[in-house]
Amino acid sequence: MSRASVVPVSVDFAQTERFRYVLRLADTSLILGQRLSEWVGHAPALEEDLGVANISLDLIGQARMLLSYAGEIEAAGRDEDQLAYLRDQNDFCNLALVEQPNGDFGCTIVRQVLIDVWQLELLSWFDASTDQRLREIAAKAVKETRYHLRYSSGWLVRLGDGTEESHTRVQTSLNDLWKFTTELFTPDEIDRLAENAGVAPNLNVLRGSWLHRIDEILNEATLTRPDDVPYVWFGKRGEHTEYLGHLLSDMQYLQRAYPGVTW
Amino acid sequence: MSDERQHWPLFEVFIRARAGLEHKHVGSLHAVDAKMALEHARDVYTRRMEGVSLWVVRSADITASDPDDADAFFEPAKDKIYRHPTFYEIPDEVKNI
Amino acid sequence: MYTQGLDALGDESLHLPEEELAELEAHFQAKIDADEKIEPKDWMPAAYRMTLIRQISQHAHSEIVGMLPEGNWISRAPSLKRKCVIIAKVQDEGGHGAYLYSAAETLGISREQMIEQLLTGQAKYSSIFNYPTPSWADIGAIGWLVDGAAIMNQIPLCRCSYGPYARAMVRICKEESFHQRQGFEIMIRLCEGSTAQKRMAQEALDRWWWPSLMMFGPDDANSKHTGQSMRWKIKRFTNDELRQKFVDVTVPQAEFLGLEVPDDALVWNEETEHYNFGPIDWDEFQRVLAGHGPCNQERIRARIDAHESGAWVREAALANAAKQSKNL
Repeated sequence: MSRASVVPVSVDFAQTERFRYVLRLADTSLILGQRLSEWVGHAPALEEDLGVANISLDLIGQARMLLSYAGEIEAAGRDEDQLAYLRDQNDFCNLALVEQPNGDFGCTIVRQVLIDVWQLELLSWFDASTDQRLREIAAKAVKETRYHLRYSSGWLVRLGDGTEESHTRVQTSLNDLWKFTTELFTPDEIDRLAENAGVAPNLNVLRGSWLHRIDEILNEATLTRPDDVPYVWFGKRGEHTEYLGHLLSDMQYLQRAYPGVTW
Repeated sequence: MSDERQHWPLFEVFIRARAGLEHKHVGSLHAVDAKMALEHARDVYTRRMEGVSLWVVRSADITASDPDDADAFFEPAKDKIYRHPTFYEIPDEVKNI
Repeated sequence: MYTQGLDALGDESLHLPEEELAELEAHFQAKIDADEKIEPKDWMPAAYRMTLIRQISQHAHSEIVGMLPEGNWISRAPSLKRKCVIIAKVQDEGGHGAYLYSAAETLGISREQMIEQLLTGQAKYSSIFNYPTPSWADIGAIGWLVDGAAIMNQIPLCRCSYGPYARAMVRICKEESFHQRQGFEIMIRLCEGSTAQKRMAQEALDRWWWPSLMMFGPDDANSKHTGQSMRWKIKRFTNDELRQKFVDVTVPQAEFLGLEVPDDALVWNEETEHYNFGPIDWDEFQRVLAGHGPCNQERIRARIDAHESGAWVREAALANAAKQSKNL
């Protein structure tokens, strides 16, 4: 795979790559926000309906800022809605982890912890990015994400170290979802170019701090970290699991059924 | 209380709207402990920048006065009007007092 | 205690001699007449307490069940802005349910008891939420009509004699002011749009007009609670007064949109300076209330599912809290 290929060192982070890189961040926030919004009205307690809705709103807000920025980089006149509603599945470049179905509340929480720590590490790093817009967007998003992690890790500890049933459930979800974490730290050309241009961090370094944080939380939650698996999904390159298509056909329904009108 | 074990207990929520103001009671919510109650208070009661600080306290830990005692508690203060500045007559020409 | 553990639901009055009870009731009514508020620990007639529990919990249930018809369009909202708005709105409804449960709990009933009553069908909720939302225009119509009707019902409740209910309503009315506006804005976009969009809007108005009028409850002649509730200042206007007010303000809004109100008898009455409108199908109202509306089963089923599938989560959180407090 592309891991082995040698990418020439270049500080020139061209428009197409920058567009693609920002779009990855945008799609990851958007798809996760969309998934979380499915809980609203169906959560285990009324207070949780409100909590999950807040996280969903933060993520969609982040996605809107990032999509608008991506549209500006692309300079082809596409706005946030055209990018969100009129791209096909293989043009979406979110991490495969975030398109996974909600499952039970514990499964949603496991997915959230894995991605919250990743986003928190990444957004914190963006403070030193050479991309000014990313710095600005991250400055706002990092505060939101800090709260997301407080919420999700709090719940993971409760469920991991709760009852026998809850422990078994979240450990199973963790085992199931772990394979999608490899993608978070497996760089491709765009990641390497972004790193070389000082736009994004080295994913290996990011992985170190991510693992450290994850281990702390899993330890407190009395959960066991699963072994890494060799297969890598590449959602960020448009290689998606079967779930994304369904999510998009739902999300994009009105825009597709009534093209070209205003809502 | 066995009921307490089955259900999330009730917490009362107090919000300081902005620095300089006191915390004010706004309502209640359910949570398993104070940590969760704070997060719930944030999500339920501060969606529109209503506050800069939150207090939560278990409803069971509040001791309230009994309305039946209101006479004994609060009536005696009624006739002590000498505690209020308006009780004292000072000629208008005297300033700054 | 502040809110819980009050003597079980008004029992205290049962042990009192008749004379003493009459005196307490007279004193209570005098407070109400003087526009004083009643607070949780104050003495109140058992019937006042029960009326409030019934009304506030029904109101709370309506907010919670009301999350479902609109929640149906969260995943399909046609723009990211609209998606944020509808999530925030459905979230507000959850919040309003929480404020109202909290107000009802000051009367000595627990949230669990109220939820139990909802899930077993003992408690009612607004029948409007048993209607379906097959199109996006229904989201506009709900905001415009259902929230419009709700606001009309709710504003007088801000002055209700029971303090915690009145305070919850002040908060709710403040927050809901955007709900109706966002709904009307959706309707404007649709009515300015394509033929298909306009048809969508008209069909939604057709669906929601009459159920919205029913939201104000039975006509005054058949409203069994109105008289007493007005004496207690739980209610400030009759059902028919509020309904008329709603028709009067809403018809011009429909005209602005270029939509037709589905009522042949609708006509402006110069003499009364109100609209005359056709008879309401009270049989339909009673049918839906009795559980035979288009979506009654689906709504309750969804609530039961959420409650049951969340049970292990709530239990685990309690178990964890017990461990944590032992470790302290």
